[in-house]
Amino acid sequence: MAEKSAKPVKNPRIAMPEQDPQVRARNFLEVPTGYTNKMAQEEAARCLQCKKPACVNGCPVGVDIPGFIDLISKGDITAAIRNLWSKNALPAVCGRVCPQEIQCEGLCILGKKGEPVAIGNLERYCADWERENGTGELPPKAASTGKKVAVVGSGPSGLTVAGDLIVKGHDVTIFEAFHKAGGVLVYGIPEFRLPKAIVAQEINFLERLGCKLECNAVVGRTVSVDELFEQGFDAVYIGVGAGLPRFMNIPGENLVGILSANEYLTRANLMKAYKFPDVDTPIPIGKNVVVLGAGNVAMDAARTAMRLGAESVKIVYRRSREEMPARAAEIHHAEEEGIDMFLLTNPTKYLGNEKGRLTGMVCLQMELGEPDDSGRRRPVPIEGSEFEMDCDLCIVAVGSGANPLLTSETPDMKLNKWGYVHTDEKTGKTTKKAVWAGGDIVTGAATVILAMGAGREAANSMHDYLNLGW
Amino acid sequence: MFKIVRREEMAEGTVILNEIEAPLIAKKAKPGQFVILKADEDGERIPLTMAETDKDKGTITIIYMVVGKSTALFRDLKVGDSFQDVIGPLGKATHLEKRGKVICVGGGTGVAVLHPITRAMKEVGNEVVCIIGARTKDLLILEEQMKNASHDLRVCTDDGSYGHHGFVTDVMKEVLEEGDVKEVVAIGPVPMMKAVTNITKEYNVPTLVSLNPIMVDGTGMCGGCRVSVGGETKFACVDGPEFDGHKVDFDELMLRLNAYLEDEKKCHEEYCTIRDAQ
Ligand SMILES: Cc1cc2nc3c(=O)[nH]c(=O)nc-3n(C[C@H](O)[C@H](O)[C@H](O)COP(=O)(O)OP(=O)(O)OC[C@H]3O[C@@H](n4cnc5c(N)ncnc54)[C@H](O)[C@@H]3O)c2cc1C
Ligand code: SF4
Ligand code: FES
Repeated sequence: MAEKSAKPVKNPRIAMPEQDPQVRARNFLEVPTGYTNKMAQEEAARCLQCKKPACVNGCPVGVDIPGFIDLISKGDITAAIRNLWSKNALPAVCGRVCPQEIQCEGLCILGKKGEPVAIGNLERYCADWERENGTGELPPKAASTGKKVAVVGSGPSGLTVAGDLIVKGHDVTIFEAFHKAGGVLVYGIPEFRLPKAIVAQEINFLERLGCKLECNAVVGRTVSVDELFEQGFDAVYIGVGAGLPRFMNIPGENLVGILSANEYLTRANLMKAYKFPDVDTPIPIGKNVVVLGAGNVAMDAARTAMRLGAESVKIVYRRSREEMPARAAEIHHAEEEGIDMFLLTNPTKYLGNEKGRLTGMVCLQMELGEPDDSGRRRPVPIEGSEFEMDCDLCIVAVGSGANPLLTSETPDMKLNKWGYVHTDEKTGKTTKKAVWAGGDIVTGAATVILAMGAGREAANSMHDYLNLGW
Repeated sequence: MFKIVRREEMAEGTVILNEIEAPLIAKKAKPGQFVILKADEDGERIPLTMAETDKDKGTITIIYMVVGKSTALFRDLKVGDSFQDVIGPLGKATHLEKRGKVICVGGGTGVAVLHPITRAMKEVGNEVVCIIGARTKDLLILEEQMKNASHDLRVCTDDGSYGHHGFVTDVMKEVLEEGDVKEVVAIGPVPMMKAVTNITKEYNVPTLVSLNPIMVDGTGMCGGCRVSVGGETKFACVDGPEFDGHKVDFDELMLRLNAYLEDEKKCHEEYCTIRDAQ
């Protein structure tokens, strides 16, 4: 999704205005500032209104893309947002964070010769318009069914289930371990990419619909899944995410100055440590920062470190640029903000001083060998290529696994060999009676839209169960 | 919101007791488990092991030393005020078993954490010798409670102002010399736990310690609380907080506890200046 392309293209897409890289690299305000009405009209006019739109196949939840874009063209944004909502409960979020270049926009016919329609930008435009100009009117709710549903985890997956089931007339309570709802949307993805006010408004919307929210409720500790049933819940949805940080497991990893991305981003986002000392939670400020990994999480950590005042920030990644899993826009933004990419580089140990603080790391240069299980070419070390890199803060963003806190306390729910919850692919039903699961705790760390899609499918199945009682 | 129903000052006002309404946590909590507390919207999440729980009243009790801005904020809460967030019970409960003669050693506010464990050790049928210490008499806490919780309480002060003149480790050595000690539980400042485990290693007596590293979530999702135990990395919030003291790398724990020392000092000083000005 290159916003600025080298060669001039015919019929170019309307770029969304952005804060200047020099300026934004030191503030936490959102980077792209949004389309004006005129820009949105112009961009919507680029859509060819294909009879058999390929883009829709690329969207995991099947958004009626030509449909909502046509409504923008007609100037009926109220209808456009309702069209979006029918498939996607959180368009303000997805418009900002979906990897559009491999989903909807990746299949747009205009992309074959030039630039695809900016579907994500238009989706965001509609949602932002509604937030600023809409009536805030609530969707109609079905008559009460008298059934009680517990949703465990308030990430995109849990929020989708809650929203779908409350309008179907069920009584919904969300249980969240943290003191604030939103999952990765509040603790992981930074303010400059997804303003927290947007997430707060989505949660407020669910509360206005009548969802109850119990924060500080660690299911598996404060209350168990079985106790939820004892308390009178008829069905439970588990959307607890993949919250177990992976480390490199190389010497020196417990030195002061090495944090998991989960910790670093939670301090920065959820605890607002970027405002320290106005808030009470501190965050380490690095001079020379290294971020290990090259996914969205790594980009977010690197760009946060830059904003907190680092002199240099490096992404260290053992594969090549092609394999970097982050959204194209994030890599592009990170480079614009001055983040250096050390590709085909892998750390082998951390170096520290007598105070137990990180001072650097030893890295190896890699080259690409034969393809591995994932189909990507396996990086292999180049002999004798060791070199040292100075760094006083290292953020480890090399993936996450299944957190066993809830699952280990729920013995009759089958897990796969990696500890993720085993579910029926179509319905999200687990092996435990009246329990469904979805999102990262089933798939492993994936995307917001997949977590939401899983939530919607599970909600449909749960609704059938609650109505028919099979 | 979690209302404070009782507040006491101990050890010349440096140590505070808060009894807090938290019925769900009180119902579930077991000796050795902890909670995470946050005073207000912009507060820090602070882990504290529970000193007492009352299922019937639906309350939990925490006892803490005022060391930085966050605990200073806690100190300023009065009866009737509330903590915005209390999360728990977290961590594994103490493994309780009838073994015979057991020593429970506590220093500083570690005594508060040791209290429910000591009582439970006695309840399952162990013969419990309890040793508690403080720098000086006025800083000693929970003497009466510890006496009731154990069979034999021995008190030490570093300056000799009360009880045995010297460290808890001196008295512990005497008890170990008497022989037949099956287990030691040591909870207190890191140097104390390190000293205790160095001695019990010589006597080959299994020793349980309760660790208090820096935490954020308390549910195993951040890894900030990692400690080295027997050469392996463990997350204290879910794998602990209690570990085999003979395997813990206390030096590393000490260094990691100091990670934010400078920041905390700055934050605390600023808070005190503002507070004093008001
Ligand atoms: C930094 C970062 C950046 C990302 N960027 C993108 C992006 O740009 N685009 C994209 O599509 N995806 C992105 N992702 C991935 C995406 O955020 C996740 O795939 C998605 O949030 C998963 O949703 P979920 O609902 O399954 O879980 P989560 O969002 O992880 O939410 C789970 C919730 O459950 C709570 N919980 C956990 N255990 C318990 C328990 N025992 N009891 C009660 N509550 C519990 C957690 O506190 C959390 O609030 C990113 C992830 C991270 C970490
Ligand atoms: S939800 Fe995501 S994939 Fe679907 S149309 Fe919107 S941006 Fe594209
Ligand atoms: S406190 Fe975050 S993993 Fe233990």
